[in-house]
Amino acid sequence: MFSKFRDRKLVEKVTQKIEEESKGITVRIMHVCGTHEWTITHFGIRDLLPSNVEVVAGPGCPVCVTPGSEIDMIAELSTKDGVAVTTFGDVIRVPGTRTSLSEAKARGGDVRLVYGIEEAVRIARQERKKEVVHFSIGFETTAPMAAVEILKGPPENFSIFSTHKLIPPAMEFLLKSGLSLDGFICPGHVSTIIGVKPYRGLAERYRKPMVVAGFEPLDVLLGILSIVRQVKEGGWGVENEYTRAVREEGNVIALKAIGDVFEVADSWWRGIGRIEASGLKLRGHFEEFDASKKFGLEAPPADYMPEGCGCGEVLKGVIKPEDCPLFGKECTPNHPIGPCMVSLEGTCSIIYKYRSLRW
Amino acid sequence: MLFKVSVLCLAIPAKVVRIEGDRAEIEIGGVKREASLALVADAGVNVGDYVLVHTGYAIAKIREDEAEEILKAWKEVLAEG
Ligand code: SF4
Repeated sequence: MFSKFRDRKLVEKVTQKIEEESKGITVRIMHVCGTHEWTITHFGIRDLLPSNVEVVAGPGCPVCVTPGSEIDMIAELSTKDGVAVTTFGDVIRVPGTRTSLSEAKARGGDVRLVYGIEEAVRIARQERKKEVVHFSIGFETTAPMAAVEILKGPPENFSIFSTHKLIPPAMEFLLKSGLSLDGFICPGHVSTIIGVKPYRGLAERYRKPMVVAGFEPLDVLLGILSIVRQVKEGGWGVENEYTRAVREEGNVIALKAIGDVFEVADSWWRGIGRIEASGLKLRGHFEEFDASKKFGLEAPPADYMPEGCGCGEVLKGVIKPEDCPLFGKECTPNHPIGPCMVSLEGTCSIIYKYRSLRW
Repeated sequence: MLFKVSVLCLAIPAKVVRIEGDRAEIEIGGVKREASLALVADAGVNVGDYVLVHTGYAIAKIREDEAEEILKAWKEVLAEG
């Protein structure tokens, strides 16, 4: 069913059109999703674009933007008696400022990988003597699952350490900071939840075109074409190219669950800094499930990046991974130095692994 | 490969093969899994439909007709010259 969005003829036509329409202008587009970077790198989309059209990756990797101090706290918590920490795949290898979850595990910490938060609740039900703390990380795509599980009423030995983050405030932060950007490819999966609406105000305020796009090569190329056309005409609308999954109003059930369980709070983005109203914390009446209250996990955020690591600049799209002096030398997926090389969604790791692959 | 692991902003298209209440059996590349339909309760998901699944939950029903529409519209734009 997805081959339609890989149609070579159409791909050729679209790239030709991008070249035509971008004659005489330069266009710098940012996407904010690890999966978009995967599509772009895996299918060699940058090679198909003329040199005056550039696509850069922004802070689209939740694991990469989680502060090192939060990693430290959760890693140390996992080594406490009677506590088990659950989390997703690549989170465990990410270095904090002092330690990582995998280091804590090696020291005897109880760290378990789960496929989803549902599994974490199940563990809490089965092991009532353990305090099961779920490291609840992710953007708007992942927050609804946490909200639904909290609303279902987990057992009292279950809690979450929420480090959920919101994408539109981060986009606004980057726009405000004056980075040279002409438009955004908006994250498809985040948008299935939040819909198209949140981008409308942003596009209007900063006069930048934005396109919600899916994850096939044509999705991304059509998004680029649409932004190029708008830049050429001096427009700044919001378009939804990914209508097969994204509705204008988003997923209303998910949004309601998020609103019932979480409130918006300022949040610290690793490598970027504090962004106003860009995070989600549990509302007061769910305090009993809030690990930061239960275990007193309130450390000041420390914006630590390993020495020489350019992740902060990579996350803002200021430099490309290849511009980092450590890329591919000291820093590789097998010996990652910064979070952008550790996480499977990190720009450095994706570019390192897939840049030589072509379809 | 990216799709083997649960990655945080990734959602995978999966075919619904069985539905029981708000649970579904889904198939991703020949592998069967379970997913919750709680977040797409208003989308009218039926057996045979495709849904996007993220960390054990379906988050959107994929609407094939919309895919056709969008491609048709773009083909017209591209034909314009
Ligand atoms: S290549 Fe490694 S050291 Fe350089 S920015 Fe990426 S993660 Fe950091």
